[in-house]
Amino acid sequence: MSATVHVEVTVNGERRKADVEARLLLVHWLRDELGLTGTHVGCDTTNCGACTVHMNGEAVKSCTVLTAQADGAEVTTIEGLSGGNGLHPMQAAFMDKHGLQCGFCTPGVIMAAVDLLNRNPNPSDEEIRHGLEGNLCRCTGYHNIVEAVKSAAGPGVTL
Amino acid sequence: MSAIGQAMRRKEDPRMITGRGRYTEDINLPGTLHAVLVRSPEAHATITGIDTSAALERDGVVAVLTGEDLASDFAGPLPMVWAPPGVEIKTPEHWPLKRGEVKHVGDPVAVVVATTRHLAVDAAEDVIVDYDPKPAVVDPEAALEAGAPLVWEQFGTNRTHDWGVGGGDVDAALAEAEVTVEHRFVNHRTSGAPIEPRCSIGEIRGDKLTLYSTTQVPHIARFVFSGMLGIPEDQLRVVAPDVGGGFGAKLQTYGEEVLVLALAKRLGRPVKWVETRSEHMTTSHHGRDQINYVTLGAKRDGTVTALRVKIVADLGAYQQLLTPFIPELGFPVMGGCYRIPNIDLQFTGVFTNKMCTDAIRGAGRPEATYWIELMMDRLADELRMDRLELRRKNFIPKEEFPFETALGIVYDSGNYQGTLDRLLEHFDVDEFRAEQERLRGEGIHRGVGFSTYVEVCGLAPSRAVGPQGVGLQAAFYESANVRVTPTGSAIVYTGTSPHGQGLDTSFAQIAGDILGIDPQNVDVHHGDTDQGTWGWDTYGSRSLAVGGEAIVRAAQRVQDKAKKICAALLEAAPEDIELVDGKYQVRGSPDKSMTMAEISGAAHIPPNELPADIEPGLEESAFYDPENFVFPFGAHACVVEVDAETGKVQVVRYVAVDDCGPAINPMLIDGQIHGGIVHAIGQALYEQVVYDEEGQLVTGTFVDYALPTAAEVPSFETDRTETPSPVNTLGVKGIGEAGTIAATPAVAAAVLDAIRPLGVTELDMPMTPMRVWDAINAAGNGGAA
Amino acid sequence: MITAPFDYEAPDSVEEAVRMLHENGEDAKLLAGGHSLLPLMKVRLAAPTILIDLRKIPGLDHVQQDNGGWRIGPMTHHAELQDTPELGVVARAASLIADQQVRNRGTIGGSVAHGDSASDLPTVLLALDGEVTARGPNGDRTIGAAELFQDYLTTSLAQDEVITEIRLPDMSTFGFGYRKFTRRAEDWAMVGVCTLVSRAPDGTCDDVRIGLTNMGSTPLRAGAAEDALRGSRLDDNSIVAAAELAAEGTDPPGDLNATPDYKRHLTRVLTRRALEEAVSV
Repeated sequence: MSATVHVEVTVNGERRKADVEARLLLVHWLRDELGLTGTHVGCDTTNCGACTVHMNGEAVKSCTVLTAQADGAEVTTIEGLSGGNGLHPMQAAFMDKHGLQCGFCTPGVIMAAVDLLNRNPNPSDEEIRHGLEGNLCRCTGYHNIVEAVKSAAGPGVTL
Repeated sequence: MSAIGQAMRRKEDPRMITGRGRYTEDINLPGTLHAVLVRSPEAHATITGIDTSAALERDGVVAVLTGEDLASDFAGPLPMVWAPPGVEIKTPEHWPLKRGEVKHVGDPVAVVVATTRHLAVDAAEDVIVDYDPKPAVVDPEAALEAGAPLVWEQFGTNRTHDWGVGGGDVDAALAEAEVTVEHRFVNHRTSGAPIEPRCSIGEIRGDKLTLYSTTQVPHIARFVFSGMLGIPEDQLRVVAPDVGGGFGAKLQTYGEEVLVLALAKRLGRPVKWVETRSEHMTTSHHGRDQINYVTLGAKRDGTVTALRVKIVADLGAYQQLLTPFIPELGFPVMGGCYRIPNIDLQFTGVFTNKMCTDAIRGAGRPEATYWIELMMDRLADELRMDRLELRRKNFIPKEEFPFETALGIVYDSGNYQGTLDRLLEHFDVDEFRAEQERLRGEGIHRGVGFSTYVEVCGLAPSRAVGPQGVGLQAAFYESANVRVTPTGSAIVYTGTSPHGQGLDTSFAQIAGDILGIDPQNVDVHHGDTDQGTWGWDTYGSRSLAVGGEAIVRAAQRVQDKAKKICAALLEAAPEDIELVDGKYQVRGSPDKSMTMAEISGAAHIPPNELPADIEPGLEESAFYDPENFVFPFGAHACVVEVDAETGKVQVVRYVAVDDCGPAINPMLIDGQIHGGIVHAIGQALYEQVVYDEEGQLVTGTFVDYALPTAAEVPSFETDRTETPSPVNTLGVKGIGEAGTIAATPAVAAAVLDAIRPLGVTELDMPMTPMRVWDAINAAGNGGAA
Repeated sequence: MITAPFDYEAPDSVEEAVRMLHENGEDAKLLAGGHSLLPLMKVRLAAPTILIDLRKIPGLDHVQQDNGGWRIGPMTHHAELQDTPELGVVARAASLIADQQVRNRGTIGGSVAHGDSASDLPTVLLALDGEVTARGPNGDRTIGAAELFQDYLTTSLAQDEVITEIRLPDMSTFGFGYRKFTRRAEDWAMVGVCTLVSRAPDGTCDDVRIGLTNMGSTPLRAGAAEDALRGSRLDDNSIVAAAELAAEGTDPPGDLNATPDYKRHLTRVLTRRALEEAVSV
């Protein structure tokens, strides 16, 4: 039995090994140990989605995943979304459509939106809105977030 | 081409969309200690003992301190800054950690400091506090009754103050009125709930303290906290890094902020405190929470003659920065956009065993707009008049601006008929009514609500609201410093402190145009008291109308000097230099011109041709105190659909026409409106801070405090009219709160319109499914489709 | 936001997990997707001292058809159920759980073992008359849904048993509906109703199942409504009449957003709507 766990996680393409406290949440490992502070914490009840990252290609709330559970997984955060090549089309769409204001929820919304289009490349407005129901935004009223996702889903865009 | 008026993409965005924003919690200073607060689970109790020994024994714990321990660390308590002439506002001492008694759930009684946050959280569980509970008072009207439990025994009452303002003769006007309508409204308690919780870091280096904090008000914070710590202002720097939304919840000088400074000073290491969302719901100030008794008097033809309002405001347990003033803050526009010759407004503040209320987006104005607009609906119904016709009849005509109201307030500009006309170009009322009727036949209940609002912002003319005016112990001018670098970039320092509004962009557009520099090369700085000029920060939709004008003035001074330099070097008169498409050129000789980069180069490395009486450098400052407020306005229409069987309300269409003067960046305006509308939809339908009868908070998380998600709201139709304000050079007015101020009554009126055929004529917010169903049921139509 | 400290193990086999549960008694909890347990631990409403993570155990995340019925591994994420339309009402109910991020991590086994009457999948399992296979120190046993859910957050699983499979009968001849009433899309059900209806050749109701979410301390069946509809003609009148009985015998807890009366009212409305949906397909 151990309160410390050895993990090996590929984060944004880089293999990371660490011995972490069993209770360390993935979001705290990313932020406090790896310095990936683009992933945010906005609540303590798995509601707000500001902590959304991709784990093995799917959006998850990293406040509700133990770092230990990510052992062996591939994790992508907002910092690694574009793969180092300028902006990911979703990031560009958020800028172009004014899909952010204070920017705090934005990394989580973008990560959720990429997952949404991976699951459904041509969503309706309603599907976009339901697809983002796990992310709270207090600034934008969601209008321009929906516009951004629609624009990123537009013809000719490769995600 | 002018940058002003363009939908320029935001300069803030590249860092934020890539995860490179820098929010307070992202800052990790070497050697940081972590503070966690021990908070009261009781609503009202005497502290009979605090045992910190077990916590102190824990691994990694550096200190466990109580209010008694820290008594000598503070030179004074947390301030409240409203001192209206001739009125006493009962203000108990308010300390960062409580001694003796706790007054609401979440009141902090001790702080644990440890080497990691995890260890601090663990140790906080081991601090044993004994409480002797006392009766709590939760309902503000019950709190005013004789024999109610007292929040503060030394005052002998829970009544904090009475304040009033009026004009004309309301008693006579109501006596003569041919029709009067009366109603009691509840503006329930809400939370600001920015998605970024609060966070504060105190740092000490030598004798210099630095506070990094999620604040809207770094300048005010330095002023207040240096005083509380008994240190000169030069020994405290306050930095607001990227701030993840404020909505008023971060317009405060919080105990936790000054606490981390005191701890850093005591312990000689950086100390960081991070708010949990539960703490935010419990102890970041709440908003609204008023009961409004409103009487309107009118003639049979619909002419409104009198307005009387009595407001009972639940202020919670303490007076924070602006707590008692927030209900009154809306008073200048409590008559709405109507000509009402006789107005009487009376305010009463009340202590209860709840968290303090203070400014939340709109701060006094959403409350006022809610009841004035719903009262106009009720009056129209009473007179059997069309609701919009009644409004038109009472609108202040555009020819009469500037218009002095019965309260002596001068509305700077307005064209209320114009925005309503524009709204009706987008929203065909007859078509809607036909559709509404048809759908009712299918059992679908739709309703429309209108709001024709005016708000007051551009805070503020200091003489009107300062110590000798309304009595705030502050001023509300704004400042700017504009600096052109030797190679022709510009750095703009603003005394405002934006946190999502996009002012890095719109201020760059303004300064860029005036300076003749591409806005992409104008860098806007803010939120650091060691930089730039003293300012009064960001709230009350003031940043553009006041802070923007300061930038205009400072940039104009730079332009004047640039023209002087240019004239000297081109051998022309300064008044003959004009700025055309980014070039300073001699009038009539466009071939003789200089760019700002050339001029600034000469300003910084002066050639001999430059006369000696022109100082080197290219930098100017300006301080601007507005002569008046500005008064944005607009007309909104909301359509909802009510499932009469379940009571669930869905907003299906929303049209907003707003007038905030000329647009600096229309994209940003739309964004502010969208967000404001959803905030108001939240208030009208979803959000409420609820305490039970014992003063326990029921809505302590985002599970229970229901912010709308994307799935609850529609996309919006927005349009603008542009009526310039005469108050400032740009003619601009604020837009940050307009959506929140306008939309609540529109949503509420739409729900009432939808269920009126089922016999429901009144319903308090938030109009939750159960409340709507209960109302339908009570009206005798339970479950009817 | 920060859980109490705990030890952590990730065994390679169910047997190993059972042994660990057995040895550690009440202090141990199983961890599947963690989306029921971790939120409770983060607010310290739960503080197990050892978590036994099932993630390394092979063979627990299958979705297989079996004689028309289904065998589902407990570690199957809600998202996979959501994306398997052949699962009928299970896919529908899974698609309505919380939000996509939660569905990407939360598991059917975790949801069923947690036994929260406000969760959607326990109700569906009950309505389907499904069963779970659990392995303990003495081997495997099968527990029917009706016996599984005992009380508030309490199942008949022993402390040292691990669910190894969820089995659903062949319901392909049933029409289905799932209606979930929430204030916001991502919320827990204020009330949820799962319906399954099969028609006899003469068009009458051959069989009907009505499961209720969040109407008591466990998921419930609306027995009176089922009895009323079974064998009768499937028309508007019979559906309305049956739906009127849907809340019979329920004693739901009230909360901030719903009194018991309102919940019972919602149950009747949602049952009618879910039955209409079930007979329309």
